Order: sequence, then structure tokens, then C-alpha cells
Amino acid sequence: MDLLEYQGKQLFSEHGIAVPSGEVAATVEEAVAAADRIGYPCAIKAQVLIGGRGKAGGIKIAADRAEAEQYAGAILGMDIRGPHGEGPFRVERVWVEGGSAIAAEYYASVILDRGEKKLLAMVSAKGGMDIEAVAAEDSGALVKEHIDPTRPFTAAEARPIIDAAGLDEDVRDEAAAVLAKLAETAQAEDATLIEVNPLIVTEERQVVALDAKVTIDGNALYRHEGLAELDAESIDDPQEAMAREKGLTYVKLDGNVGILANGAGLCMSTLDVVAQAGGAPANFLDAGGGSKAEAIVNALSVITSDAKVTAILFNIFGGITRCDEIAKGIVEASAQLSLAVPLVVRLDGTNSEQGLEILAAAGLSNLHQETTMLGAAQKVVELAGSNG
Amino acid sequence: MSIIVDKETKLVVSGLTGREGSFHGLRNRAYGTHLAAGVTPGKGGQEVEGVPVFDSIREAVDEADANTSMIFVPARFAAPAIDEAIESGVETVIAITEGIPVLDMLKTYWKAKEAGVRLIGPNCPGVLSPGKANVGIIPAQFFDPGRIGVVSKSGTLTYQIGNELKQAGEGNSSIVGIGGDPIIGSDFIDILKLYEADPETDLIVMVGEIGGDAEERAAEFIAAEVSKPVVAYIAGFTAPPGKQMGHAGAIISGSSGTAQAKKEALEAKGVRVGESPTETARIAVEVLRDSGRGSA
Repeated sequence: MDLLEYQGKQLFSEHGIAVPSGEVAATVEEAVAAADRIGYPCAIKAQVLIGGRGKAGGIKIAADRAEAEQYAGAILGMDIRGPHGEGPFRVERVWVEGGSAIAAEYYASVILDRGEKKLLAMVSAKGGMDIEAVAAEDSGALVKEHIDPTRPFTAAEARPIIDAAGLDEDVRDEAAAVLAKLAETAQAEDATLIEVNPLIVTEERQVVALDAKVTIDGNALYRHEGLAELDAESIDDPQEAMAREKGLTYVKLDGNVGILANGAGLCMSTLDVVAQAGGAPANFLDAGGGSKAEAIVNALSVITSDAKVTAILFNIFGGITRCDEIAKGIVEASAQLSLAVPLVVRLDGTNSEQGLEILAAAGLSNLHQETTMLGAAQKVVELAGSNG
Repeated sequence: MSIIVDKETKLVVSGLTGREGSFHGLRNRAYGTHLAAGVTPGKGGQEVEGVPVFDSIREAVDEADANTSMIFVPARFAAPAIDEAIESGVETVIAITEGIPVLDMLKTYWKAKEAGVRLIGPNCPGVLSPGKANVGIIPAQFFDPGRIGVVSKSGTLTYQIGNELKQAGEGNSSIVGIGGDPIIGSDFIDILKLYEADPETDLIVMVGEIGGDAEERAAEFIAAEVSKPVVAYIAGFTAPPGKQMGHAGAIISGSSGTAQAKKEALEAKGVRVGESPTETARIAVEVLRDSGRGSA
């Protein structure tokens, strides 16, 4: 679960990391009122879950009230895509923040290093730009040091990293304290990524987090009530919200071939095989292990609520999941939802024969059976037609 | 031989008195696995279908000689349960539970390392050595004994590939589900090492997916240390960046962890990568038979 910048800054603030004061606003009026309270110049920043907002025109500095109104109007409702093609994300909220007098821009982060099974702290004196590009150009510019995840990380331990990165001498103690607090935040809040770019030094020589990128482990939300609430309100796609409510693992994509498979790996593989057959998957939906008929009804109601879907592929390899249960679910859902779109069904594994018998007995005119995964993918692509 | 579980396995199941634990534990026993004990705190002295239940894993080790622990405990209580297993004296801990917080797993990972205990999972289907033992939830009917070792991040995808191998007349030395979480006890490299040393394994099928760099690291390891042929499959070419695809670990972060990068890293080291599960099974059978070691 990713936090918006302002949510990340609130978390920083709770852990004693200095951030500029600001207010969140959902309308132009709110944004202007906030700007008036904060004073000018102030920054109007799009709150979306991707980097590269500045380049996309999502961050502006307003010198006065007229500019605040103009920029808030332009940014709210804007669609922003990420540098790697993420999104588009619509800007629903802006963060209005007091202007900072910047003397230096650094970079600091604490992330989960999956390969090394440790936390990794990274610091650079060259902040404010794409850190991957900085590191690619000069590998010495980004100092990396692993942190023992089993105990607290202190400012004294952070200090050598700050020294190696060559930050200004007079702010090194404070920067080391900030890095230790970032690690503390990660450990206390179950964050798998905390990135501050830029971490600035103000003209008053204070170290301040000017941005915040935070990812919280979704599996740990049960022990962070406040963050769990943010998660619940963060979904804006109607199908994803509906799936969440029904307890389904669903990801919306932009094609027209609805997909339902059991198991995350088989489901990803099904998307790939459909794409190889020339189709465009509309979604990822893992029906999960041991799916019962009711789960299939729920899954189909989510898939078919996406108006783009023109055909649906069921790719089931029953292990714990029983194919007869899946077949019952398909028959039940067809009746309950008056399904008209073509369904291509491939059932293999546990109780597949009984499942196929149930489907045959139901005599659904829109149902096509296939015996292999590849054959099923080709059939559903043919039936779905082009992704308009 | 085969790896991790076999006829020497003496299994203790944490949560044997629960619904899932008893269903799968007894299913494993029906397959031929030696189910030595169950553990549920407060229920020591009871029995489940003739299997003694103890209050702690250590008691199961002391009293019933258990050497392998399976964890079926709900996610919130699973990390302490794995820690208990690590400290109990068993050699292998297989954690099936999905949804354990990743920072808890970081700590548990290092506990297992320091204790010298082999941890498989979490969020995995377990380990099956066909004809010998099954520990976990892998449906054994889709796998025959044979010469192909499988190591995979995904359960159902493994069943799919295993079944295609079976239909082609080939079987498996072992099938190891390492799990789909960001932090898992054993990575591809740990299992590749075991297959390399296993005289009953002639070829290895490795099933990866988007997220992290375990496949890239495995590619380096294969080039340097593995003499047996390896055939790979990677899922998630159509996954969009920044979206978690079912497994907690299956996420492309920025530009890293893509299926394309993993495929290229493996191919650069001479590993053949199938386009689909079906093609992967076909290549595996072809390579095995070309080496003169297939069944047909």
C-alpha cells in the first residue's frame, strides 16, 4: 500500500522528522483558503501515487492568491502518468505547503532489500533528481549501507553513511538523526520503502523532508489502524473497490478479455498466454485456493461490471480447488447475473470430469469448453474481438 | 534421494487440531508421509486420528522424534510459531501460511539462518517428493516419481507444469514451492544447490515470476555452479508496474523486477525459458531426452 505525499509527511511528523507545514485540499476554494493561511509563496502539489509529478506539471509554486487559484484549478482533475507508464492517475487532492528556502538538496531512503534480506539505507548529496540516473552516472554519489533489521538503528550508526555521502559538515548530526528516524519509521510502521527526495537543507540550516514516498506492507495493516483506514479510501477504480469489498484479489487492466484463474502464478501466466494469442486482458483475478461456488459468483459479478469485457476466460487447474465447485459457481452465476458474454472454460485437475458434466448438463449457450490452456486462450481471444 | 522431504521425514504439524491443519496433515499421512505429531498449546495429551498432540514443538521433537515442522498457523501468529519451530531442534520448517508481515519475516529469516535450520516458505504449497513424502498442500496425484526437480514461486502454476510433464511420461525427484512472499526462507539458489547435489535429479525446472531479483541471482548461480540442465518459466509479462499481482512479492517496482529482465538474465546464461507452461514442459522433456536420461 502506497501513501500519498501528505500522508507520508504526517507519518514523518509523528516520528519527529521535520516537514514543511501544509494543508490538503480537494477543491480550488479549499486550496486558495489554505494558501491564504499558509502565506505566499507556497507550493501546490498534486497528490498522486507516482514519481515525476513535477515534470508532468503537477507541482507549481504560487507567488500570490491569483496564481494559487490558477494552479490549483489546473492541477486538480489532471491525469498524470508515471515515468514507467503507471496510471494514469487522476489528481483528486492537492497538498498546499509553505515555500521552502533551499540551500541544498539531498536524497535519503530506507528500503527493504529482498535479495539481502535486510533493510538498506541510501544517502546522496545529489538530491532533487532521479536518483537512479545519479547513481548510474556516478556510482560513488549514492552511498548504500545495510541495516540490521532485528534491532534499532541509531544516529551514531547513521553518521558514517552521512559522512561517506559528503553532506555539508554543519548539518551532518541532524542528517544522521533524520536517517535514524527514517529507519525507526520503517520498523515501527511496517514500511518496506521510505524515500525522501529531496531532503533539503533550508537557508536556516535545518534538515527538512520536502517529499515523502512511503510504501506500507499490506500484510501488516491489521496492526496499524490509521493506515488501514487510508488504504480503504485509497481505491478509486470501481471494479477494484467492489473486489476489495468481496475479498477478491483483483487488478484492473485495460483490455476486453475478462480473466479468472486459481492461484496468483497461474493467473499471471494466463494473462501472458492471452496476450501472446493477440488478446488484451481486462483484469487479473485470482479465485484463490479452495474456491466455492459463491466466490465464483462474486468474481463474475466484478468482472462483468467492467463494460469493456466482451468475453471471459476461466482457467482452472484444480488442486485443493475442486472443479465441480467451480462449475457449480459458473452455472449459478450465469443464472443470477443473466450472463450474455461468451465464457471459455478450461477445467483441469481435481474433479474436472464432474465439473465438465455439470457444465454440459446446464446447457449454457454462451459457454465454450476447451481442454488446454493455450487452446482456451486462442478461443477467448477469437470470441472477444478487437479491444476497442 | 530427492530433496528436503523423503522416507526419513518425521513430520510435526502446528495447528493439527485445527480444520486446515488436520485436513492437510492427515492428507500428507495418507500419501505415506510419517506424521509423527501435532502441536496445539493447551491440547497436549490429545490425539488426532491416532497422532499424538503436544503442547510445544520441542516436546514433539523430544517425545516423537520429529525432524520436520509444518506451520499452518494463521498469519498474525505465524511468525512466532515459525520462531518456535526454529528453536525446537527440527532440521526443516515448512511454512504454508500466507499474509505474514514482511518485517516479521526478516527477523525470522535471520533466526533460521543463525540456527542452521532450513526454512521453506512462507506463503508456499510445501514440498513433495513423489512416492516418498508430501509435506504441504501440493496435490500429489499430478506428479509421478522421476528425474526432474521443480522449484517454483507459485503453486498452481507448478501443478500445471507438473501435470504436463506427467502426461509426457516424465516425473519428478521433488517439487519445492518456495513461496510468493518478498522474504522467504529459501530462495531459488538454495534449492538449486540441493538439486545439483541430488543424484536422482537430472534436470531442473525453475518457475519464477515478477518482483525482486531472485531469478537474476539464480541465473548467475546457474552459470557458475550448476552442471545440470535448467529450464525456466517466468510469469507476469503483462503485469503493469506498481501493482501487486496476487502474491505479496509479485510486484514490479519502477523498472525493476520485470519478467522481461528475468528472462533475459536467464537466457544470457544459457538457460532456456519457455513462453508458456506448456512450452516449458515440452522443452524440459526434450532436453532430458536429448541428454539420454528421459523415460521414453
